[in-house]
Amino acid sequence: MARAKEAKNIPGRFGAYGGRYVPETLMAALEELEAAYAKAKKDKKFQRELAELLANFAGRPTPLFFAERLTKKLGGAKVYLKREDLLHTGAHKINNALGQALLARRMGKKRIIAETGAGQHGVATATVCALFGLECVVYMGAEDMRRQELNVFRMRLLGAEVRGVESGSRTLKDAINEAMRDWVTNVRSTYYLLGSALGAHPYPTMVRDFHRVIGREARAQILKAEGKLPNAVIACVGGGSNAIGIFHEFIRDKKVKLIGVEAGGRSLALGEHAARFSGGSPGVLQGTYSYLLQNESGQVATTHSISAGLDYPSIGPEHAALHDSGRAEYVNASDKETLEALALLSRTEGIIPALESAHAVAEAIKRAPKMKKREIIIINISGRGDKDMGILQENIRA
Amino acid sequence: MIFFRSQPGLVAYVTCGDPDLATSRAVILSAIDAGADVIELGVPFSDPVADGPVIQRASERALKNGTRLEDVLTLAEGVRNSRPLTNLIIFSYLNPLIRYGLPKFVKRAKEVGVDGVLAVDLIVEEAGEYRLLMEKSHLAPIFLAAPTSTDARLKKVAAASKGFIYAVARTGVTGAKTDVRGDAQQLVKRIKKSSKLPVAVGFGIANAEDFQAVGKYADAAVIGTAIVKIIEEQSAKAASPEAVAAAVGKFIRCVKKTT
Repeated sequence: MARAKEAKNIPGRFGAYGGRYVPETLMAALEELEAAYAKAKKDKKFQRELAELLANFAGRPTPLFFAERLTKKLGGAKVYLKREDLLHTGAHKINNALGQALLARRMGKKRIIAETGAGQHGVATATVCALFGLECVVYMGAEDMRRQELNVFRMRLLGAEVRGVESGSRTLKDAINEAMRDWVTNVRSTYYLLGSALGAHPYPTMVRDFHRVIGREARAQILKAEGKLPNAVIACVGGGSNAIGIFHEFIRDKKVKLIGVEAGGRSLALGEHAARFSGGSPGVLQGTYSYLLQNESGQVATTHSISAGLDYPSIGPEHAALHDSGRAEYVNASDKETLEALALLSRTEGIIPALESAHAVAEAIKRAPKMKKREIIIINISGRGDKDMGILQENIRA
Repeated sequence: MIFFRSQPGLVAYVTCGDPDLATSRAVILSAIDAGADVIELGVPFSDPVADGPVIQRASERALKNGTRLEDVLTLAEGVRNSRPLTNLIIFSYLNPLIRYGLPKFVKRAKEVGVDGVLAVDLIVEEAGEYRLLMEKSHLAPIFLAAPTSTDARLKKVAAASKGFIYAVARTGVTGAKTDVRGDAQQLVKRIKKSSKLPVAVGFGIANAEDFQAVGKYADAAVIGTAIVKIIEEQSAKAASPEAVAAAVGKFIRCVKKTT
């Protein structure tokens, strides 16, 4: 374990967090990926190609929408919504999937594997593989396949093979384990298209970079609309890719509060939630050193959230560093608060957010009334709720 | 100090606490008496990404009955007291060691008579503090070398390892079938260019024939999944710890005899 002080300037480290904790077999592949990404990042042709796909295939830029009726209803700060839900495939995940698929193609990899929780990253990956003609295998926990069955069908329709994972809690964590086992076996031919700002270096940095466009756009859009920066930016945090994507551009704007919302689940007892900063402690899981929900023997705890995409025991290492430095604040929203927030946004603005994104809405509902009318909140609506209709039917009387 | 009495040496892996600690102890003693040179005491972990289904199931069973790192260390102590000359390695994922506290773990491992530690998901570059602690306590840090490791990486692995180098026979998880004359042989050849340490080949070494083939080019072979499978089958029949241990002992004798 590298200590915080000496680790600060090592690539892939965020303060004490991050790094590479993988079996040696994967190291050559991670080094190859790191080098390929460093080269692509500087290559104008790669950046041009990505920008064009983001514009014409994914549908960027996404709007920043003033939620007038929600603002009135809350009676405090002005609430803006960053509409990542309007992107092709229904969530921010496509930003990263396009970037990494372009990279995989440059590296000459023909077989793509991915994990998925809510299914949004799986759908995004299946989509880009169809676009580029690449073989695609998606690992998904059996429990998640049940609660997000529409996305399972979408992936199959797009030509991907979806492999159910029956081990552990049968959710995102177990899907990543299985994807890592596939990768360690087929490492010479296969590209692992990881879907969040997690895992071993260079993934947390690379995935963040592909999502930074969210914050770049939002910052310019709010300056144009209001002539000033927001007071708070709020995003939900599972692995943390949409949050780090919108936060990053504002980190240097010290007056802008950055608020990450974790899954408070049913309660804050271990096993009933996925709020890593409420009960987690630093540890190593799936390649990275970060906050982790674990028992006293270092075994990873099971988690619960109504949203599959936030149902994960660890968190991207850059969030761990932002938490410890105090630059970002992390709170949580319960399943119940989330369902109420989802219903409220649907009825006041005509926008049904994904259950994941509804966690961020729940925090804005708590916070906006306590703020001044000239203050501004941006909520990152990371995805749309279409995929959640089954769960919503079970939980909301419409 | 780790050394292989026999040529080739046999390293036996056991997931501790599967199905319970008493059985693990009986199995380990039996394996030693059957001629295993090194025992790898596997610490069960909730997310064993380097392991195939057999060892995953063993870990689940061990965790279900509450096996902790502390229990594995106590088990090591008992084995050390009964068999003073054997070589004992702790084989673990990193997180249980971190949670226990690395300095405390290294100190306690030394106390109970452990010779070395292999942390599966700890690469040399991340092992700064770990190596210092191990060196201070005269414990051998054992690192993995893989067929995909570049020569530059193999040099780092060789420089950081003590006791022996664990050569992963093929890309993949534990327990899948291995062609022992393919990747593994090449890898051992490459390791030998930058190290004088003994090399043990593991992952997929399942029977006497594999063991013999590996013995022609490596110093030792690791048998894990095949042993864990016997424990699983015997326990499913509700065999006593002694009966499980006898079955493992018989298997190891059979593997060694043909060489």
